[in-house]
Amino acid sequence: MIWPLAILLGCQLSGEVASRALGLPVPGPVIGMVLLLVLMALFRPLPEKVAPTAQVILGNLSLLFVPAGVGIVSQLDKVAQYGPGLLAALLGSTLLALAAGVVTFRLVARLTGERT
Amino acid sequence: MSDFARLWIYLQQGPLLWLTVTLIAYGIGDFLFLKARRSPWVNPVLVAVVLISVALVGTGTDYETYFQGAQFVHFLLGPATVALAVPLFANLRHVRSALLPMTAALIVGSLVAMLSAVGIGWLCGVRGEVLVSLLPKSATSPVALGVAETIGGIPALTAAMVILTGIIGAVVVTPLYNALGVTDWRARGFATGVAAHGIGTARAFQVNDTAGAFAGIGMGLNALLTALLAPAVAHWLF
Repeated sequence: MIWPLAILLGCQLSGEVASRALGLPVPGPVIGMVLLLVLMALFRPLPEKVAPTAQVILGNLSLLFVPAGVGIVSQLDKVAQYGPGLLAALLGSTLLALAAGVVTFRLVARLTGERT
Repeated sequence: MSDFARLWIYLQQGPLLWLTVTLIAYGIGDFLFLKARRSPWVNPVLVAVVLISVALVGTGTDYETYFQGAQFVHFLLGPATVALAVPLFANLRHVRSALLPMTAALIVGSLVAMLSAVGIGWLCGVRGEVLVSLLPKSATSPVALGVAETIGGIPALTAAMVILTGIIGAVVVTPLYNALGVTDWRARGFATGVAAHGIGTARAFQVNDTAGAFAGIGMGLNALLTALLAPAVAHWLF
């Protein structure tokens, strides 16, 4: 538990340092994710070591969104002002993105000669 | 001053009260979610957010005070983002088997999500930093929040948009894809992960395991792509 956690935090820390030092637009934890991906490919025992801890965290991922979500109480004026527009944007864009993604996947799969 | 008032002031100064409330509210949300047989309508995050918001408004507590307690949960979003590498790595062979369709669907899905959200929002009269906050809403929360901050949106607003996107996606995805007549579980799962991140992925796992695995990949890759593209798109649009 200690080492896997240290590895996750170490990757995040390295990502954060890289993001700030190089002025990258990518958030530090995302760089940390790429770093962990590379490390796992290089050191074969690593995936097995980190997996249980990662699963505990990801298994409760939704809980971690709650504090940020509650931030909506500090934005109620904006929700009141733009509520219907925001809802329309969310509904429309989610439907469009779902459809566009699935159609593109099938189209390219067919073009590249897949049978399924 | 009454004993209760003194106790209340004491509790407001430490993180214990609102940290506990956060866990209990989420526990109630999760319980209701299971009771409703995992219906995407009863999202535990939404339930928890509503319960806590009511408690905050009811007790006249501001968000900063709440966040002193909740920050310990919030902090874990960082390591959780890093941890996304683990399922991504485990599914690498799937990535190789359908590399081209996935790359194309990722780019198209991600761009359509960003541009249509901002486009429809703009048409409906949404302006300024609120409009910017819509841009990263299809990416998974930790990434979307980081991106919102980078491009000058309001992270708190983006967080709510992200969760609503996930819920909308989870509710509409199965009827939509059945109507479109798509039977390829890889395509269905992947596009769901790209458009509706973790909440969509959880939904995909309920429907089909292959769809779930591909949704996880889609979510992970879109987290990466949104982080890379959103600043450029924001720079171009705003």
